[in-house]
Amino acid sequence: MIPSHRLALANLWVAVSAFTIASAMALMQALSRADLDLPFRTPKMYYLSVTAHGVLMAIVFTTFFIMALGYFFTERAFHRSIEQRTVGWISFGVATLGTLMASGAILLGKASVLYTFYPPLKAHPLFYIGATLLIVGSWGWSWVLIRTYLVWKRENPESRTPLAVHGMLATIIVWLLATVGVAAEALLLLIPWSLGFTEKIDPILARMLFWWFGHPLVYFWLIPAYVIWYTITPKVAGGKLFSDPLARLVFVMFIVLSTPVGFHHQLMDPGVDATWKLFHVFNTQLIIFPSMLTAFTIIASFEVAGRLKGARGWFDWLEKLPWGDPAFSSVALAMMIFAIGGWGGAINAAYGMNAMVHNTAWVQGHFHLTVGTATALTFMGFSYRLMPALTGRDLELGLLAIIQPYLWFMGMLLFSISNHLTGLQGMPRRIYQFQYGGSEIAQQWLPGTGISAVGGLFLFGSALCFAAVMLGTGLAGTKRPQKEIDFAEPIEPPGHKAMILDNMKVWTAIAIVLVIAAYALPIIQHLQLERFGARGLSPF
Amino acid sequence: MHVDLYERIWMWGATAIIVVFLISIGVTTFSQAFVPPSHIETIDPDEVRSHSEFGEPGVTIHADGSATVVVQAIMYAFLPREIHVPRGQPVTFRIATPDLIHGFQIAQTNGNAMVVPGYVTQFTTVFEEAGEYLIVCNEYCGIGHHNMFGTLIVEENPSAITGAER
Ligand SMILES: [Cu+2]
Ligand SMILES: [Cu+2]
Repeated sequence: MIPSHRLALANLWVAVSAFTIASAMALMQALSRADLDLPFRTPKMYYLSVTAHGVLMAIVFTTFFIMALGYFFTERAFHRSIEQRTVGWISFGVATLGTLMASGAILLGKASVLYTFYPPLKAHPLFYIGATLLIVGSWGWSWVLIRTYLVWKRENPESRTPLAVHGMLATIIVWLLATVGVAAEALLLLIPWSLGFTEKIDPILARMLFWWFGHPLVYFWLIPAYVIWYTITPKVAGGKLFSDPLARLVFVMFIVLSTPVGFHHQLMDPGVDATWKLFHVFNTQLIIFPSMLTAFTIIASFEVAGRLKGARGWFDWLEKLPWGDPAFSSVALAMMIFAIGGWGGAINAAYGMNAMVHNTAWVQGHFHLTVGTATALTFMGFSYRLMPALTGRDLELGLLAIIQPYLWFMGMLLFSISNHLTGLQGMPRRIYQFQYGGSEIAQQWLPGTGISAVGGLFLFGSALCFAAVMLGTGLAGTKRPQKEIDFAEPIEPPGHKAMILDNMKVWTAIAIVLVIAAYALPIIQHLQLERFGARGLSPF
Repeated sequence: MHVDLYERIWMWGATAIIVVFLISIGVTTFSQAFVPPSHIETIDPDEVRSHSEFGEPGVTIHADGSATVVVQAIMYAFLPREIHVPRGQPVTFRIATPDLIHGFQIAQTNGNAMVVPGYVTQFTTVFEEAGEYLIVCNEYCGIGHHNMFGTLIVEENPSAITGAER
């Protein structure tokens, strides 16, 4: 085994474990929201499991999977092993330790603060310290990949950065810019306060710092999925990448636009000026562009694949695509779902419409389409290639792998559409039950929550298939040399056109300027208010 | 950089859609003063319960027919538990909390705002339809979050409103 494959594999295993535990939590919640009588169903268990599901899925599963992907793509694209592998292992250790600390605090019921951990809800210090260590570990990963890139660049000054590495660098830059916010929140506000060094905390300042991180986090999830769509899926489909420079343009736009948008999560907050909200909302609408571009390029790449296989008509190229290969179907289905989710996102970011849906069930309906499918389903589909490549074992239980993306797709449609609708009917997100003193309005939500629970069953079935294939392959697959994972060729090689798109320094500099423009003044203005702060409470 | 013709058309289409979005947000903001609730006023959470305004939550009807509703959001209730407001008149909500972050959402309307300790939430809206509405807390506030609700009654006849001219 290539030594650093072991590092990628270690990260992948943590991701798969987190995913599996979090799926079990999700099933319980979906049934609970439909008001079914379950053993162990108590408010305490419900809010604990919402926290565990959010943290393990949105932070742990994604981050560890992306770290595995980063190592794998970098080595594969550069045909060399990473620099400073020891730093990579130490980072893995730190991130895993942090994960164990934070999830321990959650599972012991000491940190049911949900994955947004808004103060003055106060968790056990281990939760905040653990989460911080996870992020510190991811910084180590970032460093290893940047270092490897710089060494390669020095040795190959004339070469084009491979597209997969270009995309992973964009991911890393977005992540580094984003985590400044949450690191400041944790180190300056949350950790001293949870340890008792400070008595009060300013919840609005904390929310500003959290969403500085929280929205670009969305792109930290999405860009690696796009890297798979651009560099792997066209090849899996049997075709070529339609346009290489436009893919680079997309990654660069994400670097620039991902961060100065966080206030769109605080549209309904007091104490944040409406002008700044407007500025962030405008920036948010601009990020629709790279995703529109991606939709075209990828679908065009699929059409190229179908035509290469002899399709002539308007739509018969669709039939020629490998729908039985989960590495393909996962992405094709994820894209269909993302088309719905993307428009929902544009609605959320327009404050007139946001007022109807803010903090309702609509919101969980929305982000299960985006991170819960566009990202998660893409990652699962690619795992069926990645796990065999990293372990040198055959894929086991292939039939389960084939049906898994379709189960997910079905489940997510049921779950998500019903949650969008109950959200419009006024149902809040994250509630244990909805008696509300026998309110007639609340009764209207019952059918929707029932459909959503059925969706949850499909999703859990799909998650079990995934976990079974991963375990079966990783532990019991027949050991023999595996086919290499190849990157898709572009129809037209990029040559030396638009070299500026490879210049990460320029784009990072522009992004930093925009982050300062979006946050420096609002935070300075905010600090000049007479702020009282709030005492912590732990009612869970 | 060579870009395929169809892709070029698509890019212009995407740009046009985004421009339409930006214009519609911009126009409603500047011509109709349509902004999200962004009131900036701070208050000490420790003093909310004894505060001259928030310590006595209730409804006031003004001479011009409009109303001001003062609400205390606490774990786990909105005070007053039942709020009566006039139909077709501007109603200004002023909300504060002594404890955690809550959400104040009048279900199936666009009355929706966060309530954050240390800050006063204020927004104004008009109810065009008389009847009973459900107010729910939509921001997780601990183990009793799902029990936090209130009732809003929009009255056809303003004189029916208890606590008027208080
Ligand atoms: Cu966002
Ligand atoms: Cu509440």
